[in-house]
Amino acid sequence: MSIYSEKVMEHFQNPRNVGEIKDADGIGEVGNPICGDIMKIYIKVKDDKIVDCKFKTFGCGAAIATSSMVTEMVKGKNIDEALKISNKAVAEALGGLPAIKMHCSNLAADGLSKAIEDYKQKIKIKK
Amino acid sequence: MKRIYMDHAATTSTDVEVVEAMKPYFTQKYGNPNSIHSFGQEAREAVEEAREKIARLIGANPSEIVFTAGGTEADNYAIKGIAWANQKKGNHIITSQIEHHAVLHSCQFLEKHGFKVTYLKVDKYGLIDPEDVKKAITGQTILVTIMHANNEIGTIEPIKEIGKIVKEAGIYFHTDSVQTTGHIPIEVNDLGVDMLSISGHKLYGPKGVGALYLRKGTKIVNLIDGGAQEKNRRAGTENVTGMVGLGKAVELAEKRLAGGEVDKVVKLRDKLITGIMDQIENVRLNGHSTRRLPGNANICFEFIEGESMLLNLDMKGVAASSGSACTSGSLEPSHVLLAIGLPPEIAHGSLRLTLGKDNTEEDIDYVLDILPKIIEKLRALSPFTGSWDGLKKNSVEEK
Ligand code: FES
Repeated sequence: MSIYSEKVMEHFQNPRNVGEIKDADGIGEVGNPICGDIMKIYIKVKDDKIVDCKFKTFGCGAAIATSSMVTEMVKGKNIDEALKISNKAVAEALGGLPAIKMHCSNLAADGLSKAIEDYKQKIKIKK
Repeated sequence: MKRIYMDHAATTSTDVEVVEAMKPYFTQKYGNPNSIHSFGQEAREAVEEAREKIARLIGANPSEIVFTAGGTEADNYAIKGIAWANQKKGNHIITSQIEHHAVLHSCQFLEKHGFKVTYLKVDKYGLIDPEDVKKAITGQTILVTIMHANNEIGTIEPIKEIGKIVKEAGIYFHTDSVQTTGHIPIEVNDLGVDMLSISGHKLYGPKGVGALYLRKGTKIVNLIDGGAQEKNRRAGTENVTGMVGLGKAVELAEKRLAGGEVDKVVKLRDKLITGIMDQIENVRLNGHSTRRLPGNANICFEFIEGESMLLNLDMKGVAASSGSACTSGSLEPSHVLLAIGLPPEIAHGSLRLTLGKDNTEEDIDYVLDILPKIIEKLRALSPFTGSWDGLKKNSVEEK
């Protein structure tokens, strides 16, 4: 018995894409204002496509699982597609989250959009 | 997989002997203790016997024991009952910041009804300074309520010292003894309390039953109105099975206390604490090193969050708890950990392991074996490694 779905527990136990990308093209860092958790997400972009994505998260099981899930979902997507990944979509991909844990999925999607913003900023400066 | 229970501050198993003692009162001796026939009278006898056992354990008179539906009701009864009964004398209550919610929320309720409440601060060990109690007393103070020991960090408060001060001032003194009754020796006159809350399921008794010790002559109004049960102090047909169970649990606790059980648990606890502190870096012990409940270990592991620790421990069969915001249901870190001065991010990484009479040395060895690996695994996921650098910027930005 667990408060979480099997999918959440699976990602929690074997989180994908943990780590940092040294020469990341974009970094997003968000803190969860509700419970105080923190996530850092790194993206590597090539020809408008996200080719790699890694994360580090200080948070609950749901926060870790959604972080892991979002990195999986985003890989191979182009920037515009990636921006469309919503908190809800991440939660759904995990087979749902307990109501009190829905806010945890914000970390992942918000972190991702911040990383993309950061990337866009960086290219603007380069141009 | 073997399951190891280390969450005895949350609840305990009901002792097999307790269950056996309760059994006849479900199906054979099911009478209402208020009935005059033999069915009723055998139930009455059992209830009074249970009352005597509780009184004996805490050095009280049986007539001073009122059964309740648990520790929470006992706290509510004591606090609200004294407040309503003594409001002509004054409207001020003194308590502490680290009380159980049953006490804190009862006090907050009274604040909404015109009472004034002082929430005393504690030091970094969670200790209340008796001098602070003295200073907080005003001509309006009618009640002081301070817990005997804290359920989260295990700190045992200087109740006896506070009791002297409160008595001198001629004020009622209540203590929530849910974590201590049956676990350490208690004597109400020695502690100097007028009321003391007890819970059944924290001492290997059943859930849904507790008691309030109410010193003779205490002016209090009822919480539950109805029939004349409990000498007109707590209405409702008696929870006979529960009361019998509580009585038996208390009887067994008395034997354990006399048999040196406390020392055994303390030894295991200290082995657990030292084992963790020696093996793992960036940890801190919450609470006091010696003025501490026998079974309580509460430790913060920096850079990781409590719920993810609990899930990992649970997967390895170990049941524990945490004061992390993510596990609290209210998404705020434990008020106790904040009151002892921990920053929220550190409170987030708290782990409480509470040992009981059935935990063994092997259990401790097992936890000491798996815990470092779990911490290491989670720290590898954390954006903070070895320091909290970068935290400030982030939290300011987001709030
Ligand atoms: S991140 Fe704190 S509750 Fe999930």
